[in-house]
Amino acid sequence: MINKLKMLNSSRALSLVAVGSIPILFFGIFYLYPLAGIFIRSFFHDEHGFNLYNLFKIFQSPRILGVIWFTIWQAVLSTILTLIVALPCSYVMGQFDFRFKRLIMTLATIPFVLPTVVVAASFQVISYSIEDAILLLSDGSLISLFKSNNPILMVLFAHIFYNFSVVLRITSSFFSSIGKETTEAAQMLGADSLQIFFKVTLPLLKPAIFASAMLVFIFCFSSFGVILILGGASISTIEVEIYRQAAHLFNLPVASSLSIFQIVFTFIMLFIYSNLQKKRAIFTPESEKFSLKKPSSISHKILIFFCSLFIVCLCGIPMVALLIKSISYKGSISLIFYQQLFLNSSGSIFYVSPVTAISNSLTFAFITLLMSLFVAVSAASLIKDRGKLFEPIFMLPLSTSAVTLGFGIIITLDKPPLNLRTSTLLIPIVHTLVASPFVIRAILPALRSIPQNLKEAASMLGASPFKVWLYVEMPIIARALSIGAIFAFTVSIGEFGASLFAARPEFTTMPVTIYKFLGQPGVMNYGQAMAMSSILMLVTASGFLFIERIRQFGHEGF
Amino acid sequence: MRLKQLYFICFMALTLTISLPFSFTTPATLNAAQDEKDEENQITVMTHDSFSVSKDVVAKFERENGAKIVFLKSGDAGEALNKAILTKNNPIADIFYGVDNTFLSRAIKADIFIAYDCPMLKYIDDALKLDGSNRLFPVDFGDVCLNFDKKWFKDKNLSPPTMVEDLIKPEYKGLLVVENPATSSPGLAFLLTTISRFGEDSAFDFWQKLKNNNVLITNGWQEAYWGKFSAASKGDRPIVVSYASSPAAEVHFAEDKSIDAPTAAITNNGSAFRQIEFVGILKGSKKVELAQKLIDFFLSKSFQEDIPLQMFVFPSNKEALLPEVFKKNAVITKEPASLPYNQITEKREAWIEKWSEVMLN
Repeated sequence: MINKLKMLNSSRALSLVAVGSIPILFFGIFYLYPLAGIFIRSFFHDEHGFNLYNLFKIFQSPRILGVIWFTIWQAVLSTILTLIVALPCSYVMGQFDFRFKRLIMTLATIPFVLPTVVVAASFQVISYSIEDAILLLSDGSLISLFKSNNPILMVLFAHIFYNFSVVLRITSSFFSSIGKETTEAAQMLGADSLQIFFKVTLPLLKPAIFASAMLVFIFCFSSFGVILILGGASISTIEVEIYRQAAHLFNLPVASSLSIFQIVFTFIMLFIYSNLQKKRAIFTPESEKFSLKKPSSISHKILIFFCSLFIVCLCGIPMVALLIKSISYKGSISLIFYQQLFLNSSGSIFYVSPVTAISNSLTFAFITLLMSLFVAVSAASLIKDRGKLFEPIFMLPLSTSAVTLGFGIIITLDKPPLNLRTSTLLIPIVHTLVASPFVIRAILPALRSIPQNLKEAASMLGASPFKVWLYVEMPIIARALSIGAIFAFTVSIGEFGASLFAARPEFTTMPVTIYKFLGQPGVMNYGQAMAMSSILMLVTASGFLFIERIRQFGHEGF
Repeated sequence: MRLKQLYFICFMALTLTISLPFSFTTPATLNAAQDEKDEENQITVMTHDSFSVSKDVVAKFERENGAKIVFLKSGDAGEALNKAILTKNNPIADIFYGVDNTFLSRAIKADIFIAYDCPMLKYIDDALKLDGSNRLFPVDFGDVCLNFDKKWFKDKNLSPPTMVEDLIKPEYKGLLVVENPATSSPGLAFLLTTISRFGEDSAFDFWQKLKNNNVLITNGWQEAYWGKFSAASKGDRPIVVSYASSPAAEVHFAEDKSIDAPTAAITNNGSAFRQIEFVGILKGSKKVELAQKLIDFFLSKSFQEDIPLQMFVFPSNKEALLPEVFKKNAVITKEPASLPYNQITEKREAWIEKWSEVMLN
């Protein structure tokens, strides 16, 4: 008996090494190596050799200290606000099953892919409409509140808009997997519903809340487009400052110092976080089929109604504003912008038809999806056992400046066997780096909730580690995995990575096309950008529905 | 249970087959890009995101020279040049298109281009030739200047400004939107306009007055034009910093191309800054001969006449004819504002820093 357990342990260790080497190699080659390359180049390039002073010089500039401070507090505030807005919704979404639920969840996730310029345009339309409405209702004193003149308010709102679905998806899926058993037991023992919520539900939910909060924090911490476009010139984050220093001033030492600060700061945060998470709730997750209930009472229905209404207002209205803009021309409804998309009126060699742009985007998105699931599942198995160090490392790409990584790639991956600088492969590879943290975050809470004895029981019954993984772990994390898949897909399809590396224009994606249209004046350009954005939303939504269908198939009988 | 097993096995198998080649491909596949680059008659042009050219024009060169041109877009003008400098020892491309005069001395100092005695130079406007060592050839230029919303001023019965100095007058209070010179190239060009016009010291006094006159600042051209400019958005700013060719683009990208331009450019009295773009052969290119032919082609009439409607800038070749929409709606500035390019590179950071101090605090 003991011998058998020992044998099991050693074969487990062996498979852990095999599985663990996949994400380590991937992150090592495509993330750590390029970064190391650019850092070494930045600090050792000049004749004076390495100088520690260079590294800390940034902390002497009051302006940069201001930027660092702003970056941190706006990220904290954005995260808290997003949690406040999203958690009540995920409580409702995780508890009930109702008509249109999937549609509403899809709606909530689309903002994630929309380019910031486009979102800014639709915010503007809305804020002017609100203004008009208020003008009709009151004397206009409220206007000052709504006017987009306060850049910090706009940034916070945009961060909520973009990250709402991260919290919603991750926590509601986890919430529904907690099942009813525990809460029912508490109820039997005489706990009232408030007690149940604070003593049972909330502690069980904590890992998912923290996981999503961490993602949102890192996202806002390294916010770029939102700050640059909605924030105006007076505010700046570390990420924006790095872009400025690297791309415009070509001041690599300062850019690298800031990147290092960004990375170290995130690493420390994540390290503390993963150590705080030692005590974990262990329970057997339940299938959504049993845990979700149909709304039975009027109060449930009212709850669902207001929750859905809120999500529709928050995420739906900006999208509808975009759609309307894409089909209105000179005051009437017209499809002229969509027709124009199919014409190469300038005869440019870089013209791609919307069909090609869609298929390029989808190809990259699905390759990213598969690669990041593969990398993330193996990374999660590694983190689960050797969490302390690896957990933060795999999260770092999310908070690494794109310009720095782009420069790193161009100077390091330049020799055979890895001459990837101008290769199209780089697009899904970089997307995978950014998408994997989402997938890892999505599946870790579920993976960790699996009781060890369940797996041991399977092993004792003769299942190989692979079989344990396939038949015990995978089914349990399947739902979380599908959430991860959706995020991987979303990250890839919305990513505007043309400038990240030397891009081949023939592989233009949808977001790049949108930016291209907005690069020159003219009504037709603007209209086509809106039309392309609407197509992007539509394609994204269909992608979600497709992924969720596959997932349903996988759930059969579970 | 069976279905589920099947699904997982299929799914993981699919994942493996598709992702494995990407993670651990044999050198042969990964070298595809390299092989492609080394193909006999293929020439690679590295450029910025705004570059464009007609299909026919490219086809003409390819046909005449039995060559194939590959374009690499590497970010905005600054980013693309930095990438070219970073890859100096192992260049990605044979030619770099799009060093502008604000970056010129960085490019020359980095020593990434080789000299070429280009026969086409005689057709190029002498005022544009800034590099005496024949490494960087002026290929196009654009004038950054103020644009205004014609209808807005007509409706308000106000006469539009005629030069930069007008902007601090009380009647233009709250009407102007400009771009941040730290993050935008037209923004930088406009800052340079004011420095060229008022001198280094008075320029920032002027900016202080602009600030008092309620100027709006965005980080990029897109936010300014598509977000705040009253002629192109729901914004309430009728004056914007854009290009002298923008009115022509407004007409060209309208459904009815016979309309009057809704906007106009202000280029007189030294209120436009000329951005000149250069093209050159990268050091380390293995196809110098073909690269030289392509440089000649970039400066030839067929490419030069294609420039205006593709990139909305002006050709540098004196013999190139402008398209009708340019003749009608775009103006070539007679006396552009100018600053020595080495002074720009030398002081750029300090000027931006000072500007930020005045405007953003």
